[in-house]
Amino acid sequence: MRVGVIAFQGTVSEHMRMADAVLGSGSALAVRRAEELDDVSAAIIPGGESTTIGRLMRNSGVFEKLKQLGDGGFPIWGTCAGMIMLAKEGDGQMRRTGELLGLMNMKVKRNAFGRQRESFEEELELEGIGEFHCVFIRAPAVEKVYGKCRAIAHLGKYVVAAEQENLLATAFHPELTNDLKFHRYFLEKAR
Amino acid sequence: MKIGTKTLKEGFAKMQKGGVIMDVVTPKQALIAEKAGAVAVMALHAVPADIRARGGVARMADPAIIEKIMKTVTIPVMAKVRIGHFAEAQVLEELGVDMIDESEVLTPADEQFHIDKKKFKIPFVCGARNLGEALRRMNEGAAMIRTKGEPGTGDVAEAVKHVRQISREVEELVSFQKHRGMNFAAGGIATPADAALMMQLGVDGIFVGSGVFKSSHPERYAKAIVEATRSYGRPEVVLKVSKGLGDAMHGIDAKSLQDSQKMQLRSH
Repeated sequence: MRVGVIAFQGTVSEHMRMADAVLGSGSALAVRRAEELDDVSAAIIPGGESTTIGRLMRNSGVFEKLKQLGDGGFPIWGTCAGMIMLAKEGDGQMRRTGELLGLMNMKVKRNAFGRQRESFEEELELEGIGEFHCVFIRAPAVEKVYGKCRAIAHLGKYVVAAEQENLLATAFHPELTNDLKFHRYFLEKAR
Repeated sequence: MKIGTKTLKEGFAKMQKGGVIMDVVTPKQALIAEKAGAVAVMALHAVPADIRARGGVARMADPAIIEKIMKTVTIPVMAKVRIGHFAEAQVLEELGVDMIDESEVLTPADEQFHIDKKKFKIPFVCGARNLGEALRRMNEGAAMIRTKGEPGTGDVAEAVKHVRQISREVEELVSFQKHRGMNFAAGGIATPADAALMMQLGVDGIFVGSGVFKSSHPERYAKAIVEATRSYGRPEVVLKVSKGLGDAMHGIDAKSLQDSQKMQLRSH
């Protein structure tokens, strides 16, 4: 099995390293063109700057292709900026991000916890995964989920991880830890 | 809950990978940068070309303008402080900028020391021309390194030089570790304490020649240097073997040599 990491900006090499560790060396592919998605059976949208990643996805045609695939049951996981891209709706800041993939039934708030000074690490209990060390960096959060989308982790009033059939979104960055549990969870799901 | 950790600082730096960070002076310029797809903006009171042209002392930008820029864009906002000016950095941390650039573009406030960046919750970026500089800044707590280049000139040659220099040094270091795996100290070692010093600096062993045989008592010196190399971390042993050795080699102050007399310059 091969997994594509959307490789325009952000924590691309970190996700590829983790995916390779789960699936074996050479299993992760950096995706920059729409047709490269034909060679993989799942995709990860990494952390980074959502405005930038969104713009480059749209310019390259990866956006349209990923939207179609995601609608058809193709597994996609977004971390942080990736979570923002997957959301159907967002707050005022989100409208400045540009068009979203709009695949997951959730409302996301950008920079929900504040600026970099307020970034934090926290142990959280994740449904189906167990305790996990979560790294939040200028993180977004989910204000509400609906329809088939369900919460798998909470923090205060927010949902910080959500799942909707083939789709997965986290406000935190498993790719910045050495814990493979979350990558394994996604890749098992995609198998 | 943990805040201000190394993971969070370096994590923030990783989020910028593959992106463009743009210098801006006004909120209007910040909007242009955000719309163009910049991953972050760097707020300063004048761009380097203007700083160069105006002369005088360049300092941290007006916090009121930085604050306006923070309110204007949703992408991260960074700002510059003078080298060593930790109070400017405290002001920016209080303001809540996302990253501080301790920058040679502004007029340095401390000619000797950089800011102790580990004391701050927010991450720092610093300039470097070579691996040594990069590692010193990282040891002080910098989460990101950029080349210095020669700002405000529009001449990319210096940035190319610095990138190549750092890459070459990193490659050399990696291949050094891979192929040789060890490093011995040689050249000028003359006393047991010299040997202990080099060992504590992290070398794997010692080469010694003149230091033994140009001393007054070569056999004593030979034994003492061997013993100090073996027990380099135990000053009581180094003390014991250093006592009553006679005269160490007379020696030459290496700085008094002309380049043409220096053996170390015979290869590159």
